[in-house]
Amino acid sequence: MDPHGGEQRAHAPAPTLWPVGFAVGIAVLLTGLIVGWYIVILGAVLTVAFGFLWIRDVTAEMRGPVDTVEPERRPARRPAPAPGEDETETERYPRNVFLEGATLGIGGLIGGLVTLPVLGFAVLPAFTGEDVEELDVGALDDFPDGQWLVVTFLKDPEQGEVSRRTAYVRNNGLLEGAPSFTIVSNRCVHLGCPVQPNGPVNDDEAKEEKTDSTTVSRIPTNPAGFGCPCHGGQYDNEGNRTAGPPVRSLDRFDYSIRNGRLLLRETYSVGEVRGEGKEAVIVKYGQATPGVHVDGPEQLLYPVQAPK
Amino acid sequence: MARARSARRQQVERAVVYPLDWLEERSGLIGGLKYFLFRKVPSDTNWMQTLGSATLTAFLVQTVTGVILAMYYKPHPDTAYESIRYITNDVTLGWLVRGMHRWGASVFIILMFFHMARVFLFGAYKYPRELNWIIGVLLLALGMFEGFTGYLLPWDETAYWASVVGININGTAPFLGPFLAQFLQGGAEIGTDTLARFYSLHMLVLPGAIIGLIGLHLYLVIRLGVTSPPWSAEPAGGERSEFEPSTNGRAGLVRPGARGKVTVE
Repeated sequence: MDPHGGEQRAHAPAPTLWPVGFAVGIAVLLTGLIVGWYIVILGAVLTVAFGFLWIRDVTAEMRGPVDTVEPERRPARRPAPAPGEDETETERYPRNVFLEGATLGIGGLIGGLVTLPVLGFAVLPAFTGEDVEELDVGALDDFPDGQWLVVTFLKDPEQGEVSRRTAYVRNNGLLEGAPSFTIVSNRCVHLGCPVQPNGPVNDDEAKEEKTDSTTVSRIPTNPAGFGCPCHGGQYDNEGNRTAGPPVRSLDRFDYSIRNGRLLLRETYSVGEVRGEGKEAVIVKYGQATPGVHVDGPEQLLYPVQAPK
Repeated sequence: MARARSARRQQVERAVVYPLDWLEERSGLIGGLKYFLFRKVPSDTNWMQTLGSATLTAFLVQTVTGVILAMYYKPHPDTAYESIRYITNDVTLGWLVRGMHRWGASVFIILMFFHMARVFLFGAYKYPRELNWIIGVLLLALGMFEGFTGYLLPWDETAYWASVVGININGTAPFLGPFLAQFLQGGAEIGTDTLARFYSLHMLVLPGAIIGLIGLHLYLVIRLGVTSPPWSAEPAGGERSEFEPSTNGRAGLVRPGARGKVTVE
């Protein structure tokens, strides 16, 4: 519609009833100012609704009919070559093959750049950073000659209870002038359950101590070997298997003695123990996963131990 | 009056159909759904063939209850057991949702085995459905791994020692066993990292993989159709030509030559 020319006739909009509703709405709104706020809201809603409809009716002509939007179409830029005509095309360097290779190659590169560090982050921390700390579990005087003690301690006090470990410790007396200890890990070498001493554990005589490196408790016990509650593995006092499914002898702790204190170090695996107490000959291997053979023909199945 | 009603009815119909048409025109989803719901199945299928859907339902229950449990569960050795206790005793209906998840886990595994037995006994794993059997086996393995990782999460004595034993059983596998065990533990021993790791596997990695494989599994069921029971009177099998290399060129990787011979380009 041209506002400055065109039709000279007076132009009246089509008749409409919406102003009636609009007026009622205003009346209700004003009434609401006296009666209550919810009537105001009702009036406002009526006013806005009928006002909208009224404006819509009045401006219908100006807006004109709604266009129907057709999906965009365009002709192919060049007619595709008919089959048989593309003989010459194949002679040229095939651009589509290059693009396909480039897409796959670059996509693979980007994928690899993203995946590899994440994969490393998921896998590598499990195989690195195991620090060996010496754990002070008490003065030599706390370990009477020939007496077994259940020694529990936090391997990493920062991690808390989840790092609590247990060792069975026996002072074997002096060997060539130096103190000798048998320190057996309580981790069953079948599948890692906690072996228990086969004998009384004198909880009444338990001693707790907070040392420099850990919190330790020592409980006297008189075991006739050790037994595992999970699958019935049995060991003698030196940790040699006497019955059940274990595949080697119980792991032991390395230890050192400094300033009259007993310090536990890392564990190691044991093939077998010949002899007893301080005269024992221990066939020693690097720490292996429970259930893994360290000697005999089966060790060939486990050529590499996982790095800690 | 009847005319008016039918006009209104048309209006209502239009209001309902319009958005569906809109969606269909742009996505084809409605057609896909119709194809899925009204596809042909043998007339003598029976209740045994609902075991797959039952397994899927059990999995969906696990997904929904698991997502909600994750809102209250705290995967740390100091808090895990307490948060489980809180869910069971204090959160409204927590005992129910945890119970559904706990028992539903067993239901899911049991139904998978029933479903597998049905497929085996009906011979439904045979050509051309071998691939779907293989996907099913992967789903079974992932489902069992879900059970293994989920078992640790309550962090009570049973959970802890069962996981110790389970991880060490993995550790006894030849050659790579010790590496596998240490990867599962997230270190040389079970600790804080183990619990967080199992939780992540249990609620993110494994369900994601299972959902993806279920999608493939269903796609193949729809594409290849349902098998009739072995005692069916209807003929089974049908024409093999649809899948023959000579008609569709083996995924376009080789060009079919004479019948029975394929030439590699």
